[in-house]
Amino acid sequence: MIRAAQDNRLAGGAIDRSRTIRFTFDGKSYAGHPGDTLSSALLANGVRLMGRSFKYHRPRGVLSAGSEEPNALVELRSGARQEPNTRATTAELFDGLVAKSQNRLPSLKFDAMAINDRFSNFLTAGFYYKTFMWPAAFWEKLYEPIIRKAAGLGSLSLQDDPDGYDKGFLHCDLLIIGGGPAGLAAALRAGRAGASVILADEDYIFGGRLNAETFAVGMQTGQAWAAATMAELQSLPNVRCMTRTTIVGAFDHGIYSAVERVSDHLAVTPAGKPRQILWRIYSKRALLCAGAIERPIAFENNDRPGIMLAGSMRAYANRWAVTAAKRVAIFTNNDDGHRTAADLLAKGVKVMAVIDTRADAPRIADCELLPDAQVTDTTGRLGLSYIHVRLGDGSERNIECGALGVSGGWNPNVHMTCHQRGRPVWNAEIAAFVPGESGTPGLTVAGAANGDFSTAAALRTGSDQAAAALRDLDIDAPALDLPQAEDAPINLQPFWYVQGGKGRAWLDQQNDVTVKDVTLAHQENFRSVEHLKRYTTLGMATDQGKTSNMGGLAIMAELAGKSIPEVGTTMFRPPYTPVPIGTFGGRARGKNFHPTRETPSHRFSVEHNASFVEVGNWLRAQWFTQPGEVHWRESVDREVRAVRGSVGVCDVTTLGKIDVQGTDAAGFLNKVYANGFAKLAVGKTRYGLMLREDGMAMDDGTAARLSEDHFVMTTTTANAVGVYRHLEFVRQCLFPDMDVQLISTTEAWAQYAVAGPNSRKLLQKIVDPDVDITNEGFEFMACREITVCGGLRARLFRISFSGELAYEIAVPTRYGDAMFRRIMEAGREFDVVPYGTEALGVMRIEKGHAAGSELNGTSTALNLGMGRMVSRTKDSIGSTLSQREGLNKPDALMLVGFKPVDSTHKVTAGGHLMTKGTPVDAKHDQGYVTSAAFSPSLNSSIGLGFLRDGGNRFGEILTLTTPLTGADVDVEVVSAHFVDPKGDRLRA
Amino acid sequence: MIINHPLLGPRDAQEFTYLGDASLIDRPDWEAADAQEQFYEYAYLRDNPAGEHRELWFHEIGDRSWLVVTRNTLTHEITSVEMARDVARSKGRSK
Repeated sequence: MIRAAQDNRLAGGAIDRSRTIRFTFDGKSYAGHPGDTLSSALLANGVRLMGRSFKYHRPRGVLSAGSEEPNALVELRSGARQEPNTRATTAELFDGLVAKSQNRLPSLKFDAMAINDRFSNFLTAGFYYKTFMWPAAFWEKLYEPIIRKAAGLGSLSLQDDPDGYDKGFLHCDLLIIGGGPAGLAAALRAGRAGASVILADEDYIFGGRLNAETFAVGMQTGQAWAAATMAELQSLPNVRCMTRTTIVGAFDHGIYSAVERVSDHLAVTPAGKPRQILWRIYSKRALLCAGAIERPIAFENNDRPGIMLAGSMRAYANRWAVTAAKRVAIFTNNDDGHRTAADLLAKGVKVMAVIDTRADAPRIADCELLPDAQVTDTTGRLGLSYIHVRLGDGSERNIECGALGVSGGWNPNVHMTCHQRGRPVWNAEIAAFVPGESGTPGLTVAGAANGDFSTAAALRTGSDQAAAALRDLDIDAPALDLPQAEDAPINLQPFWYVQGGKGRAWLDQQNDVTVKDVTLAHQENFRSVEHLKRYTTLGMATDQGKTSNMGGLAIMAELAGKSIPEVGTTMFRPPYTPVPIGTFGGRARGKNFHPTRETPSHRFSVEHNASFVEVGNWLRAQWFTQPGEVHWRESVDREVRAVRGSVGVCDVTTLGKIDVQGTDAAGFLNKVYANGFAKLAVGKTRYGLMLREDGMAMDDGTAARLSEDHFVMTTTTANAVGVYRHLEFVRQCLFPDMDVQLISTTEAWAQYAVAGPNSRKLLQKIVDPDVDITNEGFEFMACREITVCGGLRARLFRISFSGELAYEIAVPTRYGDAMFRRIMEAGREFDVVPYGTEALGVMRIEKGHAAGSELNGTSTALNLGMGRMVSRTKDSIGSTLSQREGLNKPDALMLVGFKPVDSTHKVTAGGHLMTKGTPVDAKHDQGYVTSAAFSPSLNSSIGLGFLRDGGNRFGEILTLTTPLTGADVDVEVVSAHFVDPKGDRLRA
Repeated sequence: MIINHPLLGPRDAQEFTYLGDASLIDRPDWEAADAQEQFYEYAYLRDNPAGEHRELWFHEIGDRSWLVVTRNTLTHEITSVEMARDVARSKGRSK
């Protein structure tokens, strides 16, 4: 590897020359110093070409020196830590940094895709809309794959991110966004007043623009003043100073989100530390001191590497001691551009000329001044060699230079004031938008972000606005003795683009939008700014058009014959700068994506080869694989046969349990269940169907009356949270004076279904001797508080989901594991099996019990075959609207069963039912299958589903069609109760 | 957003779940002659104001109170927060 010298390094700067660090770019090794960014180090090494553009693959260099950068996007690091589309201007250099250019094939200097640039006439605004309309079949097979391959910039590693991310919460009186002169003055005033302050800056040192300028502040350099101020702020316990922290969004009620890049500047994230933290900052007041962003001027071929913003060129020289080339020129419409010339001259860089669009351009720097002149074009392969200048008298001149600093003025950084619908307003003096009155509530603005560009104004307004914000909070902040600082106006004459070119003058370099594209959009009548933005993609790249929107607006205004404020602006939206997905995710990834709830029998289930299924946050045993079982169906069929043949046990703890107590408990249940509960006897359980107010089934379960004023109700596992919420709504909002209290006891009780003909015999070994569970002493649907295992309190319910003689027994959760094992132990003589949710599902389908697939939000009690359960003699939620005519038509869907005519065929859930011989379309649809399973009891596939007028169609043969798979099966309509339709087994 | 809970003080909106228009408190009388019509309007018809809106929030990850929050749908400014139970009683709801 060749090691290039830092030929373009200048004297001075805030870099640590005592240390040299090595990095590579596209495999080539370079040297830089601590304090460098990737872009400053590349420029120091004479590298101007840093990437290829998005659409035309044009060679591009760096435009800016900050987070607004549209061009110099690179891939950082390698392997799993590879990160695409990182701005070289904000990437801090570290030893061993590996960076690669993007969007080039095969190499940055020779990019085959640059052929796109030759076809630029075809690739203008609206290209996709116009080109790929026809023929439709070509889209999927031809166009899309090509576009997908060609589009995008960086590439993903496709490996898991090895770094950790975190989230945190902060509170403060005053959040100060940006640590330049305005932010520092504000923090000083608020900090000295004792207010709780957070000062955040995206940079790795505070000072903002002071670090890029040569101005004095008081008797010190700007950098020294910033350092001294920071020393004081950091000594104050009430001030939290956060570097490398970008405020990315302003949200409701003073909440801001911030991304702190904890270890992006290090080779490897230190053990135990996150790479980035997403902070949620609750502020009472906030002050935006985010400065301003310079804007370019558009002219022909203004995107060549070496052409950059004049203020950034100055920042590279002053802060990083770097020039992009030995010979530079400046193109400006304001006095600030001249400062760059002066600062570079002072550093020994040859400034060939200052080209100023103004006829009365002042002489500020000691170099050639070309007033009333414009840069009309540029040349140079892979980087700038010459600029072509048109002078005021019409004559033309070529100037040799390797870099050009362009300044079209500065735009206040209003981004954060727009996140809450705030609209900026036009300030003609600086020809830029400034924050409007109706911005983000609680957020005020100071310094350049408000259009006050001088250092003195920044210090003054920062201090004043901090005091004003604290006054709102009744905190008195004494005035500061502010230092003297420069206070010059920038004297700008608006100038947006150079006329007379072919239109290949770039506005948005990240999305490759030119002056010609905006003109075309106007011609094709996309004239509102929002249309312009979407048609041309101007400002839609990850930089949100920070350097490009104004140019586009100005040109659109000119074409429309309107003023810029009349044309208006598009919305800035969070995040201010791109945020990695991992940062939004924080710790919630992999196993921690959501909490895991384990059932009381979880350990037993793991020990016994259970496969688990996620039901909400719960992990439930799906089936238990025994030695020799290869296919899951073998396990499930065995479990079903064992339950129906002898006895099995299933953990049903996950069903929601709600304790309902109070003198109005029965009345309350009467309101929330469609069927009646007032007359339910103590010691009895009843099935309950809960409707929504619109008459659709919401949930079902049982309610057991343990005493006159005490019920225990169950809900389905999936709806436990929603049903509880609904019950509280009914209790607090509809019947506020009912004497009834609710509490969820789902986690308090371990509950097991013990099912099968031998369940009673098994349980007799568990319950204490005085507990009578004979059929006479504890009949079907009985419930009772009992003791088990020698005095342990328990609840016993004789309810059955499987259709067998069955019980559910509940013990306090801490005894759950022991109880499950005790049941297995006691049941050994009956060959008891544990069974999972699949066997549970098979048995409820065999029995014709509705479950989640049937309670699907569109089914009524009538559809479920429970129409008569809806009491008309009382008021309950949903009872009135369930009587609507449309829901009670004679041919309404009814829950029935299906069997394949050929028992080797399969019933498929989701399939639709058609009368034989009718067309397969929605008009002739007869219903659909909701649940299906193989029934070991019938040795056939079976299904449940909704069928028009289903109750009167038993015996009819229908076609079950599943157009997605193309499989059609003949099925016979049967009763939903495949097993024990009379319920003899339940009552045995 | 921050909701100033009448009992618990300012709480982050993430602790709450949203239901919608507070008119859901005004459940009609099932025995009214036009109960079908009233229930239809109650269940389906909502105002969708650009501006002040009274709406129901449930403090699910908190004290399980239903609250009536008056919020400006344009600015998200919250001007009052009441216990839904108090609002229901003030509207004559009882058992």
